[in-house]
Amino acid sequence: MNNKAITCNKLTKQFGGFKAVDQITFDVDSGEIFGFLGANGAGKTTAMRMLCGLSYPTSGEATVAGFNVYKQQEKIKASIGYMSQKFSLYENLTVYENIEFYGGVYGLSRPEIKKRGENVVSTLGLTNEAKKLVGELPLGWKQKLAFSVAIFHRPKIVFLDEPTGGVDPVTRRQFWDLIYEAAADGITVFVTTHYMDEAEYCNRISVMVDGRMEALDTPTNLKKKFNTHSMDDVFYQLARKAERS
Amino acid sequence: MPAVTLKNIVKTYDDGKVKAVNNVSFDVEHGELFGLIGPDGAGKTSIFRILTTVLLAEKGSAAVEGHDVVKDYRWIRNKVGYMPGKFSLYQDLTVAENLHFFATIFNTTIEENYDLIKDIYDQIKPFSNRPAGKLSGGMKQKLALCCALIHKPVVLFLDEPTTGVDVVSRKEFWDMLKRLKKQHISILVSTPYMDEASLCDRIALIQNGNIMSVDTPQNIIDSFPAHLYAARAKDIYQLLKNFRADQAIESCYAFGEYLHLTLKDDDNGDAILKELAAKYNPEDFEAKSITPTIEDSFIRLMESGELKVESGK
Repeated sequence: MNNKAITCNKLTKQFGGFKAVDQITFDVDSGEIFGFLGANGAGKTTAMRMLCGLSYPTSGEATVAGFNVYKQQEKIKASIGYMSQKFSLYENLTVYENIEFYGGVYGLSRPEIKKRGENVVSTLGLTNEAKKLVGELPLGWKQKLAFSVAIFHRPKIVFLDEPTGGVDPVTRRQFWDLIYEAAADGITVFVTTHYMDEAEYCNRISVMVDGRMEALDTPTNLKKKFNTHSMDDVFYQLARKAERS
Repeated sequence: MPAVTLKNIVKTYDDGKVKAVNNVSFDVEHGELFGLIGPDGAGKTSIFRILTTVLLAEKGSAAVEGHDVVKDYRWIRNKVGYMPGKFSLYQDLTVAENLHFFATIFNTTIEENYDLIKDIYDQIKPFSNRPAGKLSGGMKQKLALCCALIHKPVVLFLDEPTTGVDVVSRKEFWDMLKRLKKQHISILVSTPYMDEASLCDRIALIQNGNIMSVDTPQNIIDSFPAHLYAARAKDIYQLLKNFRADQAIESCYAFGEYLHLTLKDDDNGDAILKELAAKYNPEDFEAKSITPTIEDSFIRLMESGELKVESGK
């Protein structure tokens, strides 16, 4: 296996005559924080579903954690973590039950779940809440717990789909501390966001427009290229050309 | 008489366990574009629902154009436009049918107030025969705004109209609001995006049901109580860890490509920054004095006082 977490070559997904994802080509390095941006309807979710082993591409090649997206979907699923703003934890299970459930799904042993579970709970400062239902926690805590659960089985790559939507600015930053820590531990982070300041925290950013990948570079280089000081403006210049939004 | 008044409004859920709105008071003046800025769970939607008469407050009073939200709810329902955060049009009716429906129940016609929505409706007109449920996010938002405007409301309530919408559509939406303001419609709008605050005449910063500040965006920025600095280096995460642990630093957090920081000794900033640069010697280090943003003010207000405890830190 090489040191690429993700490789994509002309990856395409077509629904009838509609090219939701249109020949995207890119690599993500191991341990990188990779920002995956795009306007509404640009094809981000469709692309992520293919990379997570949930949907077959129409054409093109891709590997995730070294596994082929056509033939090794189950191996991909075991090697990645996933978290989204919309769904992540079971609200009617307790904090600890959620941890046990996800640990079990990913095949960790009971002693291992116990050991790591206690670690997660104490790191997040949730010791007093471990037996509370997740539904009773404030949104910010839920999001941080959801992230810790998504990387509980130490996946090679974690996919985060708008993980900080609606979260207050202080918690949003605490969340990014967790992302940095995970990356420092060697976990590759693949993240989408609508907050352009968060795009700056990524090592590299890609911007999708109408199914195509229109830009891919470091935040600094993108700003240079588009002759501006803000990522907001880079995104605006690229996305306003979109015909699908 | 202001367009909207709230006095000591309280709303709790779960037998008083959850304080959604905690003694909230503010006014929205005539023709004002007033922003309610705060994250999910701050109490924004409860306030909107109380003002649009679909939720009863437990304590306090509120009025729209001088009409009490409890006694005069019929008057208010006829006179205001309300765009809830959740898309609430009929998904199986077409764009044109939805608009016609809302015009009819408000006892008016599309033609009568067409000039008010023309700019916005022109953009979705090519899709007028498409079911509303099949529109993209940006187009749904435009249709919902048209339906909320079709009876020429005196006050417009927009609950998170730009949440989950991309930067391009957000920009277009705020341009539309600016044009509506010129038609003398008072607007109360909520958003979790701090960068939208500067587009409002006045804003209220809200967190955990408490209003932390009500003022013009400029005044809120001007009243930031310390000097704010921005710093960066090649390894910005290492810099953040160093600065957070350093005794000279009062607060430090990531903000886009920079860290924002305040110092314990606020009067000798330049000298202290030089010392810090020498102490950690980070590669490609840069530091400068900057003007705070609304987000900086929000963070500062959140980190001070009892709010810190309630937000679960």
